[in-house]
Amino acid sequence: MSELTITLLRFGFLALLWIFIFAVIASQARDLAVGNKARAAVQNARNKRTSARKERPAKQPAANGSGPTTTGGTRHRPRNLMIIEGPLSGSSFQLGSAPVLLGRSNEATVPLEDDYASGRHARLFPQGSRWFLEDLGSTNGTFVQGQKLSRAAAVEPGMQFRVGRTVMELRP
Amino acid sequence: MSNAVTSAPPNAPDEQVTPKPRRITELFLLLIALAIGIGANILVDPDQLTEDPGRIITSGAVLAGGGLLIHVVLWIRARYADPYLLPIAVTLNGLGLAMIHRIDLSTGQTASDTQVVWTGLAMVVACVVLWLLKDHRLLRKITYISLLLSALLLLLPMVPGLGVEINGARLWISVAGRTFQPGEIAKITLAIFFAGYLSTNRDLIMLAGRKIGPVRLPRFKDIAPMFAAWLIAIGVLVLQRDLGTAILFFGLFLVMIYLATGRMGWIVLGVTLMLVGGFVASRIFSHVSLRLDSWLNAFEPEVYNRSPGGSGQIVQGLFGLASGGLFGQGLGQGRPDLVSYANSDMIITAFGEELGLIGLGAILCMFLLFATRGLRAALGTRDHFGKLLAAGLSALMIIQLLVVIGGVTRLLPLTGLTTPFMSAGGSSLLSNWIITAVLLAISHTARRPVLTGPATDEDYAELQAHVKATRDDQEREGELDDSEPTTELSSSVAGTGGPHDDAGTATEVISRIRGRSGSKSSDQSGSTPEGGTQ
Repeated sequence: MSELTITLLRFGFLALLWIFIFAVIASQARDLAVGNKARAAVQNARNKRTSARKERPAKQPAANGSGPTTTGGTRHRPRNLMIIEGPLSGSSFQLGSAPVLLGRSNEATVPLEDDYASGRHARLFPQGSRWFLEDLGSTNGTFVQGQKLSRAAAVEPGMQFRVGRTVMELRP
Repeated sequence: MSNAVTSAPPNAPDEQVTPKPRRITELFLLLIALAIGIGANILVDPDQLTEDPGRIITSGAVLAGGGLLIHVVLWIRARYADPYLLPIAVTLNGLGLAMIHRIDLSTGQTASDTQVVWTGLAMVVACVVLWLLKDHRLLRKITYISLLLSALLLLLPMVPGLGVEINGARLWISVAGRTFQPGEIAKITLAIFFAGYLSTNRDLIMLAGRKIGPVRLPRFKDIAPMFAAWLIAIGVLVLQRDLGTAILFFGLFLVMIYLATGRMGWIVLGVTLMLVGGFVASRIFSHVSLRLDSWLNAFEPEVYNRSPGGSGQIVQGLFGLASGGLFGQGLGQGRPDLVSYANSDMIITAFGEELGLIGLGAILCMFLLFATRGLRAALGTRDHFGKLLAAGLSALMIIQLLVVIGGVTRLLPLTGLTTPFMSAGGSSLLSNWIITAVLLAISHTARRPVLTGPATDEDYAELQAHVKATRDDQEREGELDDSEPTTELSSSVAGTGGPHDDAGTATEVISRIRGRSGSKSSDQSGSTPEGGTQ
């Protein structure tokens, strides 16, 4: 083989190594956007929380007014579970139409890394346009806006509820 | 890249970016990886292509077949797994095969044949692990079993008749004429134990215990199993005289406990202990002091020529790196065979000589990318055990690389460790492919969509069973309260506050910690829900 081919192959191989690395990095750029998205979600949540504080007085009467009539529709049901305080603070979970098990257990749909939560602590289940929260006989109890839950209760978006040390809230 | 994210309307969660499987990306990168791996195998000896292509075909087929097999398994079993781990691992493995073969050509060894067999075997094992390990949290259930397993694996070479002593270190076992290094597998089981134990007992280690000044010391019984694990690892390794693996295990221990608690104090304490231990060891063990001497005075003629523990290996490696320069001599053009153990401990200098700084930089970049993907999986996964395990395994690889490359470049004393994926040595290759498989499994759980899985049905069934049990309990207690029929499930669990009322969090914490440490012996699996629910 000629000297030239060997030299070309030698540098070509080095180039190929770096092409591989740049291919990995370039396609990671899109993947790293997932992290970006999480940050954006938190940012959005923060923005929304601050704006919700301003909007809530205006919104709530409207919600109360239409409250009893909107039991059937599922379109207005909140679709996000946002963790505000606690070990998983800042993360959010998308809710579907299936009930959600909150707890420390491995089987929980939302596994809380919270040592003050029971294995199967509480359950969120959808009904009509609302989510209901119920305690599953947990050791430390479930609290909705500071009040201990004794039976299933509806949770509106913006109402904060606490499981162990984790404070959560539903978002539309 | 962020256009898609920022342009999404903030009030439309459905339109948020849902994770894509990205298997096509993986396939594309895998093809480049195979081109690199097979290309390197051809380049080390281009004449072979015309004279005797059998070896190139075999190694290429094993690499391509194994890589594509894992790719297919990922497609079936873990669609959302990280798309970069596999191509990077295949590239590194292919480069390693090429270099081992290249050194064989100069020295007349047959290490590359063995390595090809091990590559195939390791890739198949990785497939099996991926197939069986649908959910990495299964590994949490074997926390204490894996501690036992680590101890057994580390003690195995000490068994007379089974263990083999090579170069003064008793690390290998010999089965049917083949040597195997059980310590390589032990590092995985040890990482599983650390992750399982720390994810269960993190709060106890952090919160319980006496406070001395600004430092809160954990209670001994909370940390005892960790120290047992550490003592087993270090003790056995001091007995077996392998410093590198001891440093690796100690580093793993430090990284895991730091990751779990987030306290810098552990690192400070650990590094201090390591330095003290190193100093003491250099005074007690002659081979350690020889190592230190050949590190510090590598270029002294009498140190260079010393028969046991001379610095010839390090210095030859440095000369190799120097002759490589920026662009290297070209694959197959250098003389890496002049360095002893060129295909295992010193393979990095062989690459430095033939690919130069640019090629070696590329290899290091690949390791860096591999570790960052592992950490990315750790960030993305939602359970504590998975986070600790993924980060621990990535850290393991990085520490190993630091010890090896630091050793051959005279940054640290040279200790015999393998370069992950590259060095000749079946056990190392096997363990690194298992690590890759576990990381892939964790990254799958990290990236797959959250609440759309079929798990909800199981949850529902389990919930029904649980509610039934609660109802039975209540009937027994005679305080059935059926006043709230909101849904068919919610009725019976009403009013089960449990014996602990909301009597203030401080007492709750204390009673909880008491209850936990009391029941710890029975709470072995770590996944059982806390006692005292009813």
